[in-house]
Amino acid sequence: MRRTVGALLRKELLVELRTLESVPGMSLFAVTTFVVFHFALNRNSIDGDLAAGILWVTLLFAAILGVNRLFVADADQGGFDGFLLAPVDRSAMLFAKALALLSYLVVLEIVAVPAFGLLLLGPSLGQALPGLIGVLVLGDLGIAAIGTLVAALAVRTRARDLLGPLLALPLLVPIVIGGARASSPLLVLSHPGQPAARWLLTLGLYDLVFGLIAYALFDFLLED
Amino acid sequence: MYGKGLRALSISTVAVMALALALVFFWAPLEAEQGFLQKIFYVHVPLAIVALGGFVAGGIMAIQHLRTRDPRWDMRSYVAIHMALIFGVATLITGSIWAKGSWGHWWVWDEPTLVSFLIVFLLYATYQPLRFAIEDPERQSRYASVFAVTAGAFVPLNFIAVRLSSAYVHPRVLGATSNLPWQMSLTFLVSLLGIVLLYVTLCKYELTAKHTRAQLRALRRLADRRAGTAVAVAPARARSAAPSVHATAMTAHATERPGI
Repeated sequence: MRRTVGALLRKELLVELRTLESVPGMSLFAVTTFVVFHFALNRNSIDGDLAAGILWVTLLFAAILGVNRLFVADADQGGFDGFLLAPVDRSAMLFAKALALLSYLVVLEIVAVPAFGLLLLGPSLGQALPGLIGVLVLGDLGIAAIGTLVAALAVRTRARDLLGPLLALPLLVPIVIGGARASSPLLVLSHPGQPAARWLLTLGLYDLVFGLIAYALFDFLLED
Repeated sequence: MYGKGLRALSISTVAVMALALALVFFWAPLEAEQGFLQKIFYVHVPLAIVALGGFVAGGIMAIQHLRTRDPRWDMRSYVAIHMALIFGVATLITGSIWAKGSWGHWWVWDEPTLVSFLIVFLLYATYQPLRFAIEDPERQSRYASVFAVTAGAFVPLNFIAVRLSSAYVHPRVLGATSNLPWQMSLTFLVSLLGIVLLYVTLCKYELTAKHTRAQLRALRRLADRRAGTAVAVAPARARSAAPSVHATAMTAHATERPGI
């Protein structure tokens, strides 16, 4: 199983490196969105709740872009058929795709979070960073699990670009809630605090539950 | 044979709902702060409970479908979810009316219960478009079941997550029933029973109608074959979001019955 996941993940990352389909688009979208927010809010710097909210919403929509593209190549070019013919556990594809999406999200954040710090954030990013990284990791795990499941669900339907976001956004709302509430004490101007433990717990539990659900249901999506 | 208990179910639904309405309007005491407007609570809350329960029940039926691959479970899951969605619309409307009357706004955002319900509603509103977007019926059922299970698990988690994030204006009903005077509790329970019966009756009606229609189609095809006017290829069904009962099962049923 580990070798299969490794092989599939390597294929995913290689394809992404060669075609540069998802990650540059996601990163550029995030940076552009920050600029749009500057004009829409008419502010030079933001902090606290507003900053956390804008960061998470932007990351969410950029992640949706990645989710849309996740299975498209497999659906259009017979990747599913090839995989089903191989004598391997089908959950390997779930793990590989989820890990690939996770890595895209990490790269996205490496670009987007410093951009956010430069363009919009009032308080300095430096001291918020360790806590913020923790919250982002928890959020990314959830987005990866749900995003992979929803992408697999939406890819072989007629309106795949429309249905993917439509299905994913309500399911990702608790992650946005948890992520934004957890990050907002970190981004406050005067006395930055630590994320409240209950939000980290919420995020962790949500990730666990949906990870398990995705694992249980993924095989049913691949039969054909 | 579908439709067996339908008459008894319908009569009991009408009876219990009539009793509930009588209790609400003539017997339950007026609430001190909100007065007459509070009585909408006897309709709004049972609708919300039954809608959410219906969503979760649809998820459980979807699990059964995935386990047994019996298309009848998918049919039940579909009917449960789509009926619960309708009850959800009714919840949102009655809730807005109550909100406007008692808080002065049609909608408030800092209310976790409202927000959770809206998110769940928006999620389930994508169920039928999802089904409609997949043409192959077996795949449609399978993908819809996967969605129903995910969404069914999401309902309680979403409520917990949103509730953790604050405010206390919306009455916390389930915790607060112990604070209600017994007349109100009794009226509430009768209303709840009435709405549950209404939901079950409507679902059963819809399932019966779908099965009857499928059986009729099968019988027509059988009659055409016997009369020799059968079409070589069955006419293509229009794309549909509703699951189709496999007509072959119905045909087998039909040929066993005498007098046809």
